[in-house]
Amino acid sequence: MSNEWPLWEIFIRGQHGMSHRHVGSLHAPDAEMAIKNARDVYTRRNEGVSIWAVEAVHIAASSPEEKGPLYEPSNSKVYRHPTFFDIPDEVGSM
Amino acid sequence: MYAQMIKTARSGVKNREEMSDQEREFQDRIDRDEKIEPKDWMPDDYRATLIRQMGQHAHSEVVGQLPEGNWITRAPTLERKAILLAKVQDEAGHGLYLYSAAETLGESRDELVRLLHEGRMKYSSIFNYPTLNWADIGAVGWLVDGAAIVNQVALQRTSYGPYSRAMIRICKEESFHARQGYHAIMQMAFGTPAQKAMAQDAVNRLWFPAIMMFGPNDSESTHSEQSMAWKIKVKSNDELRQQFVDQTVPQIEYLGLDLPDPGIKWNEERGHYDFSDPDWNEFFDVIKGNGPCNVDRLKDRVDAWEDGAWVRDGLLAHARKKSARTAAE
Ligand SMILES: [Fe+2]
Ligand SMILES: [Fe+2]
Repeated sequence: MSNEWPLWEIFIRGQHGMSHRHVGSLHAPDAEMAIKNARDVYTRRNEGVSIWAVEAVHIAASSPEEKGPLYEPSNSKVYRHPTFFDIPDEVGSM
Repeated sequence: MYAQMIKTARSGVKNREEMSDQEREFQDRIDRDEKIEPKDWMPDDYRATLIRQMGQHAHSEVVGQLPEGNWITRAPTLERKAILLAKVQDEAGHGLYLYSAAETLGESRDELVRLLHEGRMKYSSIFNYPTLNWADIGAVGWLVDGAAIVNQVALQRTSYGPYSRAMIRICKEESFHARQGYHAIMQMAFGTPAQKAMAQDAVNRLWFPAIMMFGPNDSESTHSEQSMAWKIKVKSNDELRQQFVDQTVPQIEYLGLDLPDPGIKWNEERGHYDFSDPDWNEFFDVIKGNGPCNVDRLKDRVDAWEDGAWVRDGLLAHARKKSARTAAE
């Protein structure tokens, strides 16, 4: 068995009521240490108020090759955008 | 630079006719300044070159802690000690960002560390010079991190997404490094004659090693063409070196110190400072392992790794036991 600590992906919420954002990764033996290490590595200058750590093996990702078929359903529905509809200026902002 | 003389995995640049459809599409993405992401298709040589460059860059951040760590316990004031400690801690973080970026290409950090310890990967030549006194610590922050910044600002535009993002993050932290160094040197340059002499001596000794950081002259660096085409490298060695000299000469003059190279002269026609070449034989010698501190630096890294093994293993064993217990419940 490899003795390398597992890889964790780190997500941090900044100060301003934002959602958590991926900031990078690190190695740690367990979740508790992952959060401690994330504190040391990714919040040395008040970059965050909340940390999520997720073991990298648990992240499922879409594959770039499927880009076409995966996003096609939204490409063909231009009417989902407000600019699709011409509303006369007289109506005012909408 | 922090990554010097990275051999591109192939020599010469492939022209469009030689490329497969996939390769052509890849090159088009790069030419459009699109970022390449970990799961995207990429040529094997692109991947290999990047791993080599990011790995060497990461090693430089980590080994670069040694010459400065040397002075943490001997800083002249408690404030300077705290500042230096914070600076060196940042460098550990930089190493981590870069190892993480390399890991996105499937190369493990342990493997990169192993290659370093076996002498099969390198780190920047600059860290094979000693830091003899406190003035050197100021000069390192100012000149060495200053040179690193010039390189790293350019690399923010590198084509590989994770590398570019690591550079952006690093650049945000670097200006603290350069400024604390310059500030320390300022105090000495404007201090007693003895302090000023120490500042001058540090600049004299570190100037040429600092400008060597950018690597050999463009005419000598035969491997960078493909790296430039792939935007793994964004500016040439000589371009970056010139930029560093132009920004640093006025900073030396402000301190009232003598220029460390009699060849430095403003060239009205070029709009740049002329300067002398460093001793390139010395550079290649240091790269080969014969610098003043090569042996010590590598030994310190290997010792730190081996001495820390029981902590890494212990924590991992504990984590495995804990998760086995949770699973059993
Ligand atoms: Fe750094
Ligand atoms: Fe730095």
